Amino acid sequence: MLALEVNHLKKTYKNGVVALKGIDLQVTEGDFFALLGPNGAGKSTLIGIISSLVNASEGETKVFGTSVQKDRSKAMAEIGLVPQEVNFNQFEKPFDIVVNQGGYYGVPRAIARERAEYYLKKLELWDKAFSMSRTLSGGMKRRLLIARAMVHEPRLLILDEPTAGVDIEIRRSIWRFIEEINQAGTTVILTTHYLEEAENLCRNIAIIDHGEIVENTTIKALLSKLDVETFVLDLRQAIETLPVIEGIELVLRDPTTIEASIPKSKSLNRLFRALEEAGIEVSSMRNKVNRLEELFVRLVHADSENVKAGAV
Amino acid sequence: MSEKVSARSFWIGYQTILIKEVTRIVRIWAQTLIPPVITMTLYFVIFGAIIGRRVGEMGGMPYMEFIVPGLIMLTVITNSYGNVTSSFFGAKFGKHIEELLISPLPPWIILLGYISGAVVRALVVGILVWLVASFFAGFQMHNVWVTLSILVLTSVTFALGGFINGVYAQKFDDISIIPTFVLQPMTYLGGVFFSVTLLPGFWQQVSLANPIVYMVNAFRYGILGVSDVPLWVAYAIITGFGVVLFGVCLSLLQRGVGLRT
Repeated sequence: MLALEVNHLKKTYKNGVVALKGIDLQVTEGDFFALLGPNGAGKSTLIGIISSLVNASEGETKVFGTSVQKDRSKAMAEIGLVPQEVNFNQFEKPFDIVVNQGGYYGVPRAIARERAEYYLKKLELWDKAFSMSRTLSGGMKRRLLIARAMVHEPRLLILDEPTAGVDIEIRRSIWRFIEEINQAGTTVILTTHYLEEAENLCRNIAIIDHGEIVENTTIKALLSKLDVETFVLDLRQAIETLPVIEGIELVLRDPTTIEASIPKSKSLNRLFRALEEAGIEVSSMRNKVNRLEELFVRLVHADSENVKAGAV
Repeated sequence: MSEKVSARSFWIGYQTILIKEVTRIVRIWAQTLIPPVITMTLYFVIFGAIIGRRVGEMGGMPYMEFIVPGLIMLTVITNSYGNVTSSFFGAKFGKHIEELLISPLPPWIILLGYISGAVVRALVVGILVWLVASFFAGFQMHNVWVTLSILVLTSVTFALGGFINGVYAQKFDDISIIPTFVLQPMTYLGGVFFSVTLLPGFWQQVSLANPIVYMVNAFRYGILGVSDVPLWVAYAIITGFGVVLFGVCLSLLQRGVGLRT
């Protein structure tokens, strides 16, 4: 079954800005789906329309087969939304915020209290459950948004940059939590600027740019499109000249750092053999940028070029 | 309706909004419950006890007794209107109104929740002011049903008015303009401190265009048994305003004016 179906969705704001130019998108039940795009690409507008905060100009959005535009209440009952901005009442206590949100979704108060305790504990917020939420740190506020979105146990959880501005430890704990609920059957749609987050967590991906979907595939299939990977090699001793290796491009960034761009068709062994023959010893090696990031930049850059060409 | 969207789930949603509103009123009691009581006590002392003695009778009764219903009504009007504007606009300003907008609750439940919260505050403050009034003028009750029904209808009507103000407000200044420049003059000229029969013929007719005249007089009838206007006209006008305002509020919420992009 499809958890989300977006059909020819268009949005033009009153000021004339065209945010979405007719998007089609499908997310299957149980998926962990990444929605990526640069700032201003249309991601938040799309999420706004799915969650009924933004009215579509044209097209339809269905959540588990129910049209958001035709039967808003039924569609909304299935969605949990973690927004990009903190939007709870900072003068209320986290426990009350979560319990009340449950009430808005028809969860009886006693059950909402039990769930609030469960999710606040799970997200390591229980010791702050009865403090004023304005006293929470940025990372705690993000986790509170997640607990609030989960209290009615939605079948589709949409997270709009849930880990923006939080430290790596909290980010990892959020990842673990989301993975767990996805494994328990909740469909997850994630937007993020941390591309390693999308690469590590998600199975399918859509990249949106200038209000259009420029890529919609599996993470695996997308990564396989990466024909050249760039590695950074840290050297044990400083060198002045680089060896020439056919088919591999080497750049000396500084006397102890080489950048090697290697096509997928070439073996890494070849690079190391040539370096060894030249008496160069490598102490460590890493990807220059995240692989998905490399593809993302290329796709978005290509799209920008197309837009510019179209405008001319 | 699916299991997640049912009459029961809407009822729970309504109760939750009401609980949240009442919790807010109690949490900030120093802003919501006490100031009107202090203000009205001053009115009773100055206009009732000090100046009132010199005024003598109004509408065939001591001036102190005459102003009691009007002052209670003034409290009910300002508190029901102010509760919705501040609570709803505050939620809009802080963006936590989105908690409700993304929920399955239909607009009429959201509206009922906010209106009920305002009515609760208006009634609590109205009763507190009444207790203060009893200290100065003694407790009187001519018709309990008229009194209660006018109290509730008036608070509902002004809560709806406050809701419209909250929907259109863009900044905090916007929620004080109507109460200061429209509501307060209308209330003061609405027969709180004087009988409209004292006005010259033309101004008497003008004052009858003010709906607050009907509310104050109907309430005065409930407490004291006297009114400048027929009771049925007062009910018709208050109910009429309430129905129209309810329709406007519902339409604004359904279209998402000022709320959805």
